Amino acid sequence: MKGTIFEHSRQGKRGPELPALDVPAVDPASALGPEAALRKGPIGLPEVTENEVMRHYVTVSVRNYHLERGMYPLGSCTMKYNPKLHETLARLPGLCGLHPSLPDHAVQGTLEIMHRLGEALCEITGFEAVTLQPAAGAQGELTGLLLIRSYHVENGQDERREILMPDSAHGTNPASCALAGMHVINVGSNERGEVDVEDLASKVGPRTAGLMLTNPNTLGIFESRIEEIAAVVHGAGGLVYMDGANMNALMGIARPGDMGFDVCHLNLHKTFSTPHGGGGPGSGPVACIPGLAPFLPGPCVRRREDGSYELAERATGIGRMLAWHGQIGVLYKAWAYIRSLGAEGLREVSENAVLNANYLRARLRERFELPYAVEGRHCMHEFVLSGDRQAARGVKTLDMAKRLLDYGLHAPTVYFPLIVHEALMVEPTETESLESLDAFVEAMLSIAREVDEEPGLVTDAPVNTPVLRLDEVRAARDLDVVLTVEAERLAREEAGGEAG
Amino acid sequence: MATVPADLRFTETHEWARLAKGELTMGITDYAQEEMGEIVMVELPEAEARVRKGEAIGSIEAVKTAEDFYSPVDGKVLRVNEKLQSSPELVNQSPYEQGWLVVIVPEDEKSFEQLLTPEQYKQHLGE
Repeated sequence: MKGTIFEHSRQGKRGPELPALDVPAVDPASALGPEAALRKGPIGLPEVTENEVMRHYVTVSVRNYHLERGMYPLGSCTMKYNPKLHETLARLPGLCGLHPSLPDHAVQGTLEIMHRLGEALCEITGFEAVTLQPAAGAQGELTGLLLIRSYHVENGQDERREILMPDSAHGTNPASCALAGMHVINVGSNERGEVDVEDLASKVGPRTAGLMLTNPNTLGIFESRIEEIAAVVHGAGGLVYMDGANMNALMGIARPGDMGFDVCHLNLHKTFSTPHGGGGPGSGPVACIPGLAPFLPGPCVRRREDGSYELAERATGIGRMLAWHGQIGVLYKAWAYIRSLGAEGLREVSENAVLNANYLRARLRERFELPYAVEGRHCMHEFVLSGDRQAARGVKTLDMAKRLLDYGLHAPTVYFPLIVHEALMVEPTETESLESLDAFVEAMLSIAREVDEEPGLVTDAPVNTPVLRLDEVRAARDLDVVLTVEAERLAREEAGGEAG
Repeated sequence: MATVPADLRFTETHEWARLAKGELTMGITDYAQEEMGEIVMVELPEAEARVRKGEAIGSIEAVKTAEDFYSPVDGKVLRVNEKLQSSPELVNQSPYEQGWLVVIVPEDEKSFEQLLTPEQYKQHLGE
């Protein structure tokens, strides 16, 4: 079924046949208040039959690409398959039917889940305190930075406002810094793709608030000098923040708290298998050392001596980061994930995520450049290729990403991190089978062959998708978005009212 | 290959500069615009603003990336290329002429001489 549902609207079309209205009509003006607030015309809902509604939504849903259709190797985003069992559990009426302002005694089950989830996250990260409030990773970053800021202010060091971060950082890191009222100081990467410790040492000082670091970093490389890095920052009086976006490589194997980090956020919607990217909201809990715990946002769940739970405010905290207590539905699913896998299972998740990434890396590097490669060193849960070899033949990474869509696959992250030219960042996750990984490799190798033999196939891609190559420049410049049919109607009206 | 005009000076961060009658015009190089891809927005400094050499004075946003650009010298902003607000693509189409970014009055004209020569910039690109 083509077009929007509005294009199928004809006056008088109906779905169900309803009996005649037997309640008296209401005058909207007297029932709803001031006339100025009333709608001027009809609401403009489409008039369609029931089967047209069904066909429209089914058509739209199969145009979409999602994990239920295929692999989603989006680097740094950990698009793993999310077990449907956890969806079912989170929808139990006793969980999803709660109102957030119910008294503590009426929600003991949910408070216990929050408490035990918090304890599990502390154990996984090696920290002592946690807030479940932040609504996503970037808000977790902001929360963590505000904790660091509060810590320095509390210690009479208001002038510590500089946050160091490597040039491979996620774009959200500098943005969170700006929002927290801090300044970014860039630190370079060395030829191994790791933090240049000498450059870092030359940039810390009495104005240093801390360092923000992703580990493994955005090249999918574990920062092998992490303890030394933490010591440099601590030595200058700063704190060390870990962006936990890449925690899928470490669960049950290494803990940020043991590496010298002071605070980190976790992306439950990545690592802990709750749907995201249009499938559901994010959740970015923040865990920290005892020294930062007094500043955590309130309220938080506390276990009373009699074993019951309560929500308690924190007098010294930074205040709320979110109305109510966090993305509760996501917290349920993450808890179900942790409980159904257990400690051994979580470790296996990370081991298989790393194994899958190394398999792809080994098979793809024959046809694609692999910058920052060090002989004998493996990657973690993701890796970054460069499309330089193909760019020399006039085909950009963007073209290859579009061509992958023709093969029925989602493209990897492209043009990030910024320190890799024509970057292609691949993260397969642990949930893909060998057959699925092989299908991705075959598609990539086939595209590499096309670049050599028939580059037009790649530069003209995609040709098999519901929409062809989009005008990205116009999309970025022309920010007024209006439904096509509505825009056409307006254009017709402007052109002289021949519209019917 | 990216063009590197013989009458200009350059920075390692891919800005070009031209000095005439005490006014220094700057922009980003052909190489830089090619690397960035199609430019969708240019953020320029305020006129009269004091700028320092190496300081980020504005930013350029392309479809896939955004980059700061840096002042090649110490000085004061005289005027900016207002046309870029509505036609940022000029930076792609004509990086050395129509797509200029900022005119700066340098504190010391000699600072122009300290910038990279075309030969040095070509070497820098060759790295």
